[in-house]
Amino acid sequence: MKVGYYPGCSLTGTGKEYDMSLRKVASLLDVELEELKDWSCCGATSAHATNHLLSVALPARNLIIAKHQKLKELAAPCAACYNRMMVAAHELKTKPEIERQVSDLMGESIPYDLSVINIIELFQKVGKEKIAANVKADLKGIKAACYYGCLLVRPFKITGFDDAEQPESMEELIKAAGAQPVDWNYKLECCGGAHSIAHMEIVVDLSKKIIDDAKLHGADVIIVACPMCHSNLDMRQKAIKKEYPAHGDIPILYLSEFIGLALGLKPKELGLNLHFVDTKSLLEKAEIKG
Amino acid sequence: MYYFSFFGEIDMSHTHSEVNTLSAKIEKLTTQTPQECYQCGKCSAGCPVRDYMDDSPNQVVRYVQLGFEEKALHSKTPWLCAGCLTCSTRCPQNFDLAKFMDALREIAIQERIKIPEADTMEFHKAFLNQIKKHGKAFEFGLVREYKLRTMNLMQDVDVAPEMFIKGKIGLIPHEVEDKQQIKEIFDKID
Repeated sequence: MKVGYYPGCSLTGTGKEYDMSLRKVASLLDVELEELKDWSCCGATSAHATNHLLSVALPARNLIIAKHQKLKELAAPCAACYNRMMVAAHELKTKPEIERQVSDLMGESIPYDLSVINIIELFQKVGKEKIAANVKADLKGIKAACYYGCLLVRPFKITGFDDAEQPESMEELIKAAGAQPVDWNYKLECCGGAHSIAHMEIVVDLSKKIIDDAKLHGADVIIVACPMCHSNLDMRQKAIKKEYPAHGDIPILYLSEFIGLALGLKPKELGLNLHFVDTKSLLEKAEIKG
Repeated sequence: MYYFSFFGEIDMSHTHSEVNTLSAKIEKLTTQTPQECYQCGKCSAGCPVRDYMDDSPNQVVRYVQLGFEEKALHSKTPWLCAGCLTCSTRCPQNFDLAKFMDALREIAIQERIKIPEADTMEFHKAFLNQIKKHGKAFEFGLVREYKLRTMNLMQDVDVAPEMFIKGKIGLIPHEVEDKQQIKEIFDKID
């Protein structure tokens, strides 16, 4: 199976283990990721927070590159990039005035027949059965809290993905990987997103609530699908501990890292050593050697 | 604008000016009218950042509905909105409040209102500046620029060394090849 691949900026920096692990897992599952040539930033929060036209134009540049590469499907593993691409495509499709302005700006039309997919949809295309058939490590003792965050399912009218309040698709993949998903309350609560720098206190409070609820429901690990969520939940545990000394660390894994562990890849190959929170507690419980 | 009736001239200037109201400007940008909101407050009840805001999200909509434009434009609330879209998902009127907040910020910038949350604005400026320069987000450049803009120099000094050691923040930006095209997009839109 061949799919277009838009890594997005975070996956070349703070979220580079997301890219590393996804590429390794994809090749084990016979997925060929064809990277967009000379892709650029989707504009992220800052574009849509300040300039609507810019927030459509920046993703549009990448949609045009996908057209040139004759791609029918484009996987955007970062939930924020996925969201911005979906919203931009929707704006172009439904608002002729925006479409005209953006195609004038780009000097060409924007493709309509491209489908942008998120990381869960990519694994769904591979198939639960295929993942289960390739499982090498025994993770049945591991309890995982699947954290969707905001941007995988919202705005539901545009993404149409899973369910707006009670998604279950990531849990299905965790089961296919042989582990146990936990039932919990914070899978769609916001981690504070881009406030990490200008308002770290908000991120500390929101992330702590998410982590506490996951622990309350017995999770050994929180699984994420967004580099922003990862850095808020993983890197900011240091700041959480400063504020709340009783805080005990919990590892935060990307979905691709967790599936990679199940498929028998080594923690280091998946970039687990690049996390801020030590993943040792999880690896010991799963009896996986570093 | 004046209309003539049997009772003489009626001053219609207040209705004429409606095209220039904040409500009308938001409607133009978002293709939805703020008047749709019937103030049930479900958005504010589910908002994860309500505790940090001055006005609740539905209050800001109310300001716009009633024409208290200064209050809406000077509220911290749009700048503290995290864009999580919980409100937009749950609104019984299908009013996309997150989009309303986007528009309110955009109008405040265009009209050169003094932004009540300066640090958040400096973050956005620093972020977009990096994109304009490199075509991709360059985290080291972003943090450096943000710190210089806000003089929050000591922020994150505890996590920064580990970021470098783990190679998560590089000193050299990843750049697009076609930088000219990116620059043109920004120049034409600005």
